[in-house]
Amino acid sequence: MEKLNGLRCRECGRHYAAAPIHVCEFCFGPLEVDYRYDVLKGVVTRESIAAGPPSMWRYKDLLPIEGDVAVGHHVGFTPLIRAQNLADELGCREIWVKNDSVCHPTWSFKDRVVAVAVTKAREFGFDTVACASTGNLANSVAAHAAEGRLKSYIFIPADLEQGKVLATLVYNPTLVAVHGTYDEVNRLCSEIADKYRWAFVNVNFRPYYSEGSKSHGFEIIEQLGWKTPGHIVVPCAGGSLITKIWKAIKELKTLGLIDGVSTKMHAAQALGCGPIVTMIKNDTDVLVPVRPSTIAKSLAIGNPADGYYAYKTAKESGGFGEHATDEEIVEGMLLLARTEGIFTETAGGVTVAAAKKLIERGVIPRDESIVLCITGNGLKTPDSLQDRLDAHVKIKPSLSAFDRALADLKSQTS
Amino acid sequence: MARLRVRLTFPPALIQEPIVYRLVKDFDIVINIRRAEVKADHGWIALELEADERALERGVKWLKDKGVQVDPIERDVIVP
Ligand SMILES: Cc1ncc(COP(=O)(O)O)c(C=O)c1O
Ligand SMILES: [Zn+2]
Repeated sequence: MEKLNGLRCRECGRHYAAAPIHVCEFCFGPLEVDYRYDVLKGVVTRESIAAGPPSMWRYKDLLPIEGDVAVGHHVGFTPLIRAQNLADELGCREIWVKNDSVCHPTWSFKDRVVAVAVTKAREFGFDTVACASTGNLANSVAAHAAEGRLKSYIFIPADLEQGKVLATLVYNPTLVAVHGTYDEVNRLCSEIADKYRWAFVNVNFRPYYSEGSKSHGFEIIEQLGWKTPGHIVVPCAGGSLITKIWKAIKELKTLGLIDGVSTKMHAAQALGCGPIVTMIKNDTDVLVPVRPSTIAKSLAIGNPADGYYAYKTAKESGGFGEHATDEEIVEGMLLLARTEGIFTETAGGVTVAAAKKLIERGVIPRDESIVLCITGNGLKTPDSLQDRLDAHVKIKPSLSAFDRALADLKSQTS
Repeated sequence: MARLRVRLTFPPALIQEPIVYRLVKDFDIVINIRRAEVKADHGWIALELEADERALERGVKWLKDKGVQVDPIERDVIVP
């Protein structure tokens, strides 16, 4: 099936053959994968999808992979959970949690994008993959490269704490720590990507890589019984995930797999790094870069490449956006853990906190269905809760000590 | 010759200054503007710079000292 038209510039519309390139040579606009929906229509059906594997690859026809899946066979198809306890707590009728905190193999939605990028790298004949990352992306690239028996180079700023890189180092990549300011390291990595022509997942492979995020959106709709929810709240860093979930929904509509689309897409960001939500609140398409200062490290992108498209997604869908303070982020993490038994990382705390505020402000009506995108696992960064949690009851090893403590507890709560 | 594809973001105070002109004249950098957006209080330019490596380094440093944000064309290459 000839399903790909190659790449297309999102700004000037110029076409390019499918290749490991990411910017338009004419206008420097970002390139995007272009599909032949006329070919896909009728071939991709609810039934064909249901007959696929229980992973993101049940949507392979709608991803930019032409050969066999090379790595990450078990990525995706994560649980969509009816979060009734949380809904009760927030006074809402219907809340769902799309739980990518248990995405296989590295516990964040980044496995979706990386599985596509690394598979595509193999398809183009590369033997080396690379990324510059301080967290989830580094974990995932190193893991998938190991699985695919590819060499991997992971670039990190030299001042990153050692603990953060262990979950990457374990897969035996070549880790390169670069001394310098964030800006210098960032620019160097761009130059390295330009010079070495490895499969730099979020640089020259970005058009393919970012398509992987669509699977998060496809799954939500399928798991809701091929219905679109009223609202989806999405944590934003570079702004790609929210844009691609929206693209996924529109593709399902184009292919006739769903009838109407009534979903409003809402952006969630930290107050200490929220340039996309600021655009939405100020109703301007001008993105003003910020210096990140937030505990939500996995969302700390100050000049997001897809910021403009994320803003447009919220606008076009009729959604909005909300910032969360560090305090609210921790509250959000604790709320989800306490009500649903799900331990998410700070990005999930941002989503829960932003959703709560949007509900309280009446932007999201309490009687409409809401999906929260929980995109990463809390066990990776327990330090964010370090000073917030403590053992409640401390006793000597005797039954009488416990009896007394229990009586105290009961008198406190009665 | 080295080349650099960058996106320059200008804070409001610099919008009216002839920054690009000085980049060309004082640092002997060849520029090629591809896309830009300039509003009353904000602006950015996506362009290619070409010069010998030292001139490029000096030019970029001068831009940063002026308060212009200099990002690679991809903007954030480092992703969390
Ligand atoms: C856990 C988590 N959630 C959400 C995001 C945001 O994704 P995007 O950069 O596509 O906006 C990221 C990474 O950037 C992340 O690591
Ligand atoms: Zn273009």
